[in-house]
Amino acid sequence: MFIEINNIQKQFLNKDQSPVDVLKDINTTIEKGEFISILGPSGCGKSTLLNIVAGLTKATSGDILVNNKKIEKPGKDRGMVFQQAALFPWLNVMDNVTFPLKKEVPKREAEERAKKYLQMVQLGKYVSHYPHELSGGMQQRVAIARALAMDPEILLMDEPFGALDEQTRSRLHTQLETIWTETKKTILFVTHSISESIKLSDRIIVMGTKPGTILQDIKVDIPRPREEHKKKIIELEEHIMSYLKTEIDKVVSEELAI
Amino acid sequence: MNPNIKRLIFFAAVIVVWELGSRLELWLPTILPSPTMVGEALMAGFLDKTLIYDLIASFQRLAIGLVISLILGALLGILLAKSKSADETIGTVILALQSVPSIVWLPLAIMWFGLNEVSVIFVVVLGGTFVMTLNVRMGIKNVSPLYIRAAQTMGSKGIDLFTRVIFPASIPYVVTGARLAWAFAWRALMAGELLSTGPGLGYTLRYASDFGNMSLVIGVIVIIGIIGSIVDQLIFSKIEKSVMQRWGLET
Repeated sequence: MFIEINNIQKQFLNKDQSPVDVLKDINTTIEKGEFISILGPSGCGKSTLLNIVAGLTKATSGDILVNNKKIEKPGKDRGMVFQQAALFPWLNVMDNVTFPLKKEVPKREAEERAKKYLQMVQLGKYVSHYPHELSGGMQQRVAIARALAMDPEILLMDEPFGALDEQTRSRLHTQLETIWTETKKTILFVTHSISESIKLSDRIIVMGTKPGTILQDIKVDIPRPREEHKKKIIELEEHIMSYLKTEIDKVVSEELAI
Repeated sequence: MNPNIKRLIFFAAVIVVWELGSRLELWLPTILPSPTMVGEALMAGFLDKTLIYDLIASFQRLAIGLVISLILGALLGILLAKSKSADETIGTVILALQSVPSIVWLPLAIMWFGLNEVSVIFVVVLGGTFVMTLNVRMGIKNVSPLYIRAAQTMGSKGIDLFTRVIFPASIPYVVTGARLAWAFAWRALMAGELLSTGPGLGYTLRYASDFGNMSLVIGVIVIIGIIGSIVDQLIFSKIEKSVMQRWGLET
């Protein structure tokens, strides 16, 4: 197995020091090159799980192995794309994308690699622009190029298109699918959108809330490009919705109670 | 109307009223000399080069004092932002010191260093350092955690993380700190020079006052005001604005 997630538990402490279970008994394995969506309502701990894989957060217990090596801290084998592009505003697009390559790769090679990935996200012409001169969608594409430039084995994406408008999002879905086919990266994609997860992934891990657990692990058996199979998509959407409905109701009733 | 034209008209009007009042002898020239007299005094000062030497001397002290206070302030700010213990101890002292007008250190400085350059520079340094410290501290503490997390996933940590992400991310605060440090240092310099020896703008101001040369007193005050606003408006505001824009804090 390429990625093994073994018995992950995560607790946070409340203000009154009482522990809250955020993640409970998370177990799964992921094959190399798979596109996995982690789908769930807000508060199910899906982002926390991704942060643990990234090494940014520590699990209370359990461990995650990548290539049989235990994850202790962040590493360049795992590139991360956040909901906000998190580009550095004082660097232009080129310097942002070569940021992870400094000190390791000679400047010329770093710039060539950056150009290659910027062209992949169709921003080859924007190398000397600064982030504030780009739209949200363009910034997010630079962030994807930046993560790809360090040539990670795994791409972790935390609701990367959540803050974008519908048209931009759908264009980026197509681009991401192309990138995935071209680069053969293993992608872990956190989302709360059922249609997004069906459109993109090989497998959907459906999570429930309070505590965050894996409800279902669904294989998406729809040939790509998936837009051509509307009927199958709708069937699967309804199937997943039936699992999520009780979870969403749980969140809503809790929010209303406050 | 262009604000610059508005300003020009306003200042012209003020000068005309002032000149008229003087000519009609609404006030004594020893209390408020006319603009013409002020102009003549400034002209004389520049022609015999005393004002030019004053300007050079003042700017030298300011430059030395300001550079020291920017470096010292930045280092202290980094220390306070990075070490909780330092923040809880030295930080409190700096907050207290910041509320002390820097000129009150002059008597002490004169005892320590004598009535000379060093004392004035000491006061300038004290004037500029603390405001720089507090701004740098705040800048570093306010760096978005998102930048830090993103950098960590790209393998950056420790000193590399500080020099390539945390410090550049806090530049807007550093620029504001430098602007305020300049303003405080300029005020401290003038106060210090008033009470110290020349040459220097502040010294000439007191000298003119001692000899009852009111035209020169007002002339020097005008120069101090003009230099202050030129540096602030033409240099610091512009830098601050372009930094704010680049850092995405202002559109």
